[in-house]
Amino acid sequence: MTTPRKAVALISGGLDSLLAARLMLEQGIHVEGINFYTGFCVEGHTHAIRKKDKKKPKRNNALWSAEQLGIKLHIVDIIEEYKDIVINPKHGYGANLNPCLDCKIFMISKARQWMEDNGFDFIITGEVIGQRPMSQRKELLPVVVRESGANDRLLRPLCAKNLAPTLPEREGWVDRDKLLDFHGRNRKPQMALAKQFGFEDYASPAGGCCFLTDANYAKKLADLWEAQHEKKYELDDIMLLKVGRHIRPKPNYKLIVSREEGENKFLSGYRKNFTHIETTSCGGPLTLVDGDVTEEDIETASRIVARFSQGKNEDSVTVKITHINGDEKTVNVLPMPPSEIKQEWYV
Amino acid sequence: MSSYKLDARNMLCPLPVIKTQDKTAELKRGDTLEVVCTDPGALNDIPAWCRINGHEVLDTRETGDEVIITLLVS
Repeated sequence: MTTPRKAVALISGGLDSLLAARLMLEQGIHVEGINFYTGFCVEGHTHAIRKKDKKKPKRNNALWSAEQLGIKLHIVDIIEEYKDIVINPKHGYGANLNPCLDCKIFMISKARQWMEDNGFDFIITGEVIGQRPMSQRKELLPVVVRESGANDRLLRPLCAKNLAPTLPEREGWVDRDKLLDFHGRNRKPQMALAKQFGFEDYASPAGGCCFLTDANYAKKLADLWEAQHEKKYELDDIMLLKVGRHIRPKPNYKLIVSREEGENKFLSGYRKNFTHIETTSCGGPLTLVDGDVTEEDIETASRIVARFSQGKNEDSVTVKITHINGDEKTVNVLPMPPSEIKQEWYV
Repeated sequence: MSSYKLDARNMLCPLPVIKTQDKTAELKRGDTLEVVCTDPGALNDIPAWCRINGHEVLDTRETGDEVIITLLVS
């Protein structure tokens, strides 16, 4: 009896990678999944910070996929290494700040390294020719193969018949005749295959998996870089961009104003790292002040916080300001009328 | 066999899972690990990670804003 060949599958949590891995299992390949965490991954849990979203099912789709497939999943933290991809993408950005081609090359390169370190034979992905405008164009697929160093050990089972045979096919590790020829943006073939395999309740078929493709999120990241006069970030920075209203009254500071109880709780975990403002005379949002501020800035900030409190129509709202050094001060402020909060302050 | 504790509070998914995965890799079969999280999603994800990697979940509980999962390294 021969030992089965081993493939590492990039598992995003979406339908395509689920199907690609399943096709390999059908051929008797030993498959283990790998999932990379960049910090920008869109997960139900991020949305679940907000209390109103907490009734939605919470699950990690990559783990769910692995469980459906009955395979191991290795989740790899690439937050630090990934910064260079986001900040200096060799192939540029897509519509927003999404470096999709560089990202794909980087992830396949990391998978190749994992494959070599763990004695696996090849890599599989759920890529489909022509499905995505940046990273899955036909002329760019060879770029991924070459620059990742995966070369002919990268197999794309869903569209392999549209591509030259790879090493696993040429060596007979997998039967090319049983691979597929999907192409383009039409999702019906994937849905039909999912039904055939009995997969239900999979993640949104065309769902994006990265905040960097989101225009609103990208705008906040661009604002962060502009304020810092430098393209750089820490994990906390990019987590906070997912939460609250971001309001920048002046270039030297911005406010992160929670929108409801769930965000209040999440932001409260950051209180020690920021000067923060809370209303005490009525219910209101916890607000973090990000930047170096003057007394005048703090007064403006307090009036904005009061505007988003339950006392927004009162003549006076009491707020407690806690500076980053721990000093506390309580003041009464007039809530800022909406007409004074300039639209361009909203990031 | 020893008992360990992992603080994964104020982390959002999948970081609590990654921390659990990395900590478990350092432990021996029969050790127990108690993971304390504030992301309620961990209540689903850490048990899912345990199921696909062959570890046993001994207990899950919620106290206030925290969820606590205890697993047996198998």
